[in-house]
Amino acid sequence: MLGFGGQTALNCGVKLEELGILKKYGVRVLGTQIKGIEATEDRQRFKDAMIECGVPVLKSKTVYNFEEAKNIANELGYPVIVRVAYTLGGKGGGVAHNEIELHEIVARGLTASLVGQVLIEEYVGHWKQIEYEVMADYHGNNVIICNMENVLSMRVHTGDNIVVAPSQTLDNYEYQMLRSAALRAAKHVGIVGECNIQFALDPDSDKYVAIEMNPRLSRSSALASKATGYPIAYMAAKIAMGYMLPELVNRITKTTTACFEPSLDYIVCKHPRWDFGKFELANRSLGPTMKSVGEVMAIGLCFEESLQKSIRMLEIGNDGLVANRISDKTYDVEELENKLQNPDDLILYHVAAALRQGISIEHIYKLSSIDPWFIEKIRNIVEAEKKLTESKLDTKALREAKKLGFSDKQIGRLVSKDDLEIRKIRKDAGIVPVVKQVDTLAAEWPAKTNYLYLTYGGNVNDFEISSQNEKIAVLGAGPYRIGSSVEFDWGTVNMVWGLKANGVKEVSVINCNPETVSTDYDICDRLYFEELTLERILDIAEFEKLTGIVTAVGGQTANNLTPKLAKNGIKIIGTSYEDIDRAENRSSFSKVLDELRILQPPWQAFSSLSDAKKFAAKVGYPVLVRPSYVLSGAAMKVVWSEQQLKKYLEQAALVSPDYPVVITKFMLNSLEAEVDGVSDGKHVIIGAIVEHIEGAGIHSGDSMMCIPPWSLSNKVTETILDYTNKIATAFKIKGPFNLQFLINSDMVYVIELNIRASRSMPFVSKFVKMNLINLAAGAVLGKELPKVPKDRWRKIHSYGIKVPQFSFMQLEGADIILGVEMQSTGEAACFGDSFYDALSKGLISVGYSLPKEGTGLITAGGSENKEKLLQTALLLKSLGYKLLATEHTAEFLSDKRIGNVDVVYKISEPQRKPNIADLLYDRKINFIINVPSTSTLEKYVGMLYDEYQIRRKAVELGVPVLTTTELADSFSKTLEWLRHNETTKKPLEPYEIL
Amino acid sequence: MRVSKIPTKKAKHVNKFGKLILEDGAVFDGMGFGYTTTVFGEAVFNTGMVGYTEALTDPSYSGQILALTYPLVGNYGVPDPSIKDTDGIRKFFESDKIQPRGLVIHELSMMASHWNMVMTLDEWLYNEKIPGISGIDTRALTVKLRTKGVMMAALAVSDKEIDEQDLKKKLESAKKYNDEEFMGAVSTKEPQIYGTGIDSIVVVDTGVKNAILRNVRKLGYKVIRVPWNYSAEKILAYNPKGVVLSNGPGDPVKCADTMKTAKTLIEKNVPTLGICLGAQILGLAGGANTYKLKYGHRGQNKSCIDLDNNQVYVTSQNHGYCIDPDSLKKTDFKLWFTNTDDKTVEGIKHKEKKIIAVQFHPEASPGPFDCMFVFEELKKLVGEENAKR
Repeated sequence: MLGFGGQTALNCGVKLEELGILKKYGVRVLGTQIKGIEATEDRQRFKDAMIECGVPVLKSKTVYNFEEAKNIANELGYPVIVRVAYTLGGKGGGVAHNEIELHEIVARGLTASLVGQVLIEEYVGHWKQIEYEVMADYHGNNVIICNMENVLSMRVHTGDNIVVAPSQTLDNYEYQMLRSAALRAAKHVGIVGECNIQFALDPDSDKYVAIEMNPRLSRSSALASKATGYPIAYMAAKIAMGYMLPELVNRITKTTTACFEPSLDYIVCKHPRWDFGKFELANRSLGPTMKSVGEVMAIGLCFEESLQKSIRMLEIGNDGLVANRISDKTYDVEELENKLQNPDDLILYHVAAALRQGISIEHIYKLSSIDPWFIEKIRNIVEAEKKLTESKLDTKALREAKKLGFSDKQIGRLVSKDDLEIRKIRKDAGIVPVVKQVDTLAAEWPAKTNYLYLTYGGNVNDFEISSQNEKIAVLGAGPYRIGSSVEFDWGTVNMVWGLKANGVKEVSVINCNPETVSTDYDICDRLYFEELTLERILDIAEFEKLTGIVTAVGGQTANNLTPKLAKNGIKIIGTSYEDIDRAENRSSFSKVLDELRILQPPWQAFSSLSDAKKFAAKVGYPVLVRPSYVLSGAAMKVVWSEQQLKKYLEQAALVSPDYPVVITKFMLNSLEAEVDGVSDGKHVIIGAIVEHIEGAGIHSGDSMMCIPPWSLSNKVTETILDYTNKIATAFKIKGPFNLQFLINSDMVYVIELNIRASRSMPFVSKFVKMNLINLAAGAVLGKELPKVPKDRWRKIHSYGIKVPQFSFMQLEGADIILGVEMQSTGEAACFGDSFYDALSKGLISVGYSLPKEGTGLITAGGSENKEKLLQTALLLKSLGYKLLATEHTAEFLSDKRIGNVDVVYKISEPQRKPNIADLLYDRKINFIINVPSTSTLEKYVGMLYDEYQIRRKAVELGVPVLTTTELADSFSKTLEWLRHNETTKKPLEPYEIL
Repeated sequence: MRVSKIPTKKAKHVNKFGKLILEDGAVFDGMGFGYTTTVFGEAVFNTGMVGYTEALTDPSYSGQILALTYPLVGNYGVPDPSIKDTDGIRKFFESDKIQPRGLVIHELSMMASHWNMVMTLDEWLYNEKIPGISGIDTRALTVKLRTKGVMMAALAVSDKEIDEQDLKKKLESAKKYNDEEFMGAVSTKEPQIYGTGIDSIVVVDTGVKNAILRNVRKLGYKVIRVPWNYSAEKILAYNPKGVVLSNGPGDPVKCADTMKTAKTLIEKNVPTLGICLGAQILGLAGGANTYKLKYGHRGQNKSCIDLDNNQVYVTSQNHGYCIDPDSLKKTDFKLWFTNTDDKTVEGIKHKEKKIIAVQFHPEASPGPFDCMFVFEELKKLVGEENAKR
């Protein structure tokens, strides 16, 4: 089955076919056959196929070099779009408005493409972007599950677009015309299972073209599944196995067939989550390359409600499109026009701003290509905002605002009241949301569905909760973003299962991420596809009459809600709110550590700059600055000077005004380790000690990690275990926790305690074959933990290594140097019989090529780094790699008698040859070791622009770049290991039942 | 780059008082729009997510108050009614006027935008003297109609406060849907001819949708549209290659004259296609029975299985009555299509004669185009030789 693992699996399957491996072992492909996959993946073949079945396509041509590209572009006329064959998420493509841009994009695209080809095509940015999800079986039965419309037209990649389902601006003829084209296309290329097809539709006529087709489950199909309640992947799997569509049963009604087309009676809005804030130099503009790292989906009864809900779900600190904590910047008309023409992540806020300025809908449409219908809806929100500010808050205005998706916070802000006051006022006036079901067929058939949402667009709940059972809700983690990803989905799902296994009768999930398993309605008893906001959770708690809520598995999102929920009378299931607060509050936490005689780096909390400066001067720079309740390192920073401290504190104040800033002495040259465990308040189960491969200062989410610890002494290990037991019992932890340590000169310091599931918990659980969250489910319910041998994790004689996955390629301009801010967007965990066995698999998994021979470029700043790289260089040399280095590094290496090291020149000196830029473009460099000067910890202090350029170019050309000495060391040792060994291939073993 | 200009228009016949009352006493308050008047009819719901222009001009909705389950309506406005195709058939509408007596929706788009739009939905309703109500919890209404069955309803739109008791009283005395006669209102009075050519197909108009006419034209035939009560003799006098019995409103047993015609067509083995009401009439003519469904089939997502080859098609449907499958056994008809969900009869075929019929709408409009092949089946019945022009 190739259609279920995204583009990676598809590419893999095509490769297996090419190499004749499928044939050799007699392996059949289930579902869409390789031929069909190729017909959609190769752009020219796709176009030919579409023309064969009467589906129009854009004029275009596949090219293999720049000359060809130039000729075609001249023929089609600029702007043209460059699309890359066989790649992920539109990676490497772009719109070229002139020849210079064309050169840049084509060069990048040819490299990113596995087959070295790009497509030059007419650009239809102002056309509507419409998608259809097709299901088809082996026997010719096919249906459309869902269609979707992109609010930001063809201009913006659908992954970065705000998307609604179903389409809103298409009439019946257009809808059916595209629907038929989708079915025709799917049938023609031989889709079996699921596919997504994307069309561009002229806003001025019923002219359309097919843009692309994905013969696999995709982000869009996940969205379509959640938007309709139709379990696409499940059905696709059945179909691949040979079932006919009409044989399969609608999983929601349990009586009607799965061979039908869902009818929605609500509007869904998908909103992407971007994390540009984490990449200082990244270009925020939206276009044909996807830049978002996650998404949310909101269900409502009008567009305004769905949109504002989706914005709240993003967890970016906004309460909706208007009336936010930080008021929108004001722009003059010219600036606004420019912003409407060049969309970035704030585009809809800019539309709102333009409407406030009195710019007409027509003009906004012309500039932005957003259909007037959507602009009109945004105008409704802007008008409601104005009305609330101008008039007295009466019941009618309040009801209207709630229907348009305003939160109590937004309304409160406009009328100078707090959200809880508004809550009281509206409840007194009887304004409460109703609970509606997603049932795939608009209430036409009776459906016992547990897939729910809340809206102000109705008057009647679809059902009432009548049972007297214990009812627990588990909070999910919201959108995937940097620092919060599938690990918390794993946590949420395992918590639900664990609670059920422990006898809880009714468990519901509240979450809003369409990419997750926790938002599958068959995981829990009731699924609320809803905002993770205090207001909405209280609404649900009141409707459900909840016994309590588990906040320990939803990452920071859920964790941050703990105090607010507790203060509003919600019982927190697991570690008590008071104990969590004791740990989150730096001073009380410190006090406990002091009592336990456990060390921690010197720190202090501040709300004034002058005190902060004094402290930093006393302990000495560098210092680590962060607000408490820190969001995955957001706004956390290592500060090297007083001036920087001042600048930073001004910014940090914007991030979390409710909590003071904490400054900690940053201990250079330290090791980092962490413990994932579970406690019932008296007993502690250690999952494992995990050691970071990079030194302290790289965010733990960006660091490679290893179990068992690879360099810690026995004494240090014992100390860590001892501290863990003491701390877990001191805070009466009932559930999962993660404790982070810093080891400096064999002294162990505690740096952080998180009383919740952590990022590394699934990794640890899989390694030790012990599901920590399953154990935690018993613990949160107050049950005693089972007896587990104390050093269970130390008895496993294999290695587990977790390697981060970065997406710098997609983020135009972003630097790839790591720091205390987390930047990785994913990770791979690999297990092996030895350290290098696991590591080589890990590196390959995240996309490093491990060349058997070739050339490495070394450029290191500072003598310390050069010194550290000496062993690495020696090893590489002895393995027969050719080494290149920039002037100073080369000089240093030759002095140390490394042997032949060729000097190359910086990108900023293009006239000096051989130049790094040329060598990179000519693919004469296989890997780069680039450890920046000053320090790996501080990106921008004295950062040499040239080094940045090397890294950036290399990323764009797909050459591995190793930016720390530790990574360079491991990388070269892995190359050495691979000379004499092969990686092991063993299945992951199941959890043991305890 | 070309910059397009999408026409937009604001709603104007809005913000009136509106009230919907059901036979069982349930009251729904909302915003009235369109024309200021009070109407009575059978409340039904349709689950299609697009196609309000087509649905509202479908004569099968005569005598009914139509509720749409999709909450956002009017987004793309209404196209120009005066535009006709080369045969003189309205291009974007299924008949010459709005057919249901009233429209019930959750939200009326206060602005329409579409390249093909000339007016807003409320404007169209106003022009055609039809009341509409929005702000209704249409899901709650649907659940009610599903569980209790379709029922009579009153829809009032007014410029002033509406008297609920008065409206309830009026609803009690209003003529019941089941007692109404629709044929006089929906059928053509005189035969009409579309297109030219030697070979023709007669369409018996029991409330025909324009899409049926268009599709028969597309087969290459001249279309002769005749009144519902035209006799078989008169029809056969045209020497048609085949006959289509159209869709239409109401109880099929009330179309006794059409049924008589159908009997003769079967007897004489005239290639015939029945659609919706036409299918029920053919069934009755063949000796089967019909019955009223609890809440009908109205939507665009209904899957039907072709029992000849086990293929499943997504169909567009709009019917309240149905052929009784058990009663088919005593006839010369066999099942052709069944509804995959509730196993109701969706198509029948005569065992010997050239008579076929479908309960769904192969002409779509609104709805999916997947079953256009049914028209080709008619052409096949007419015979390859005969069909050549």
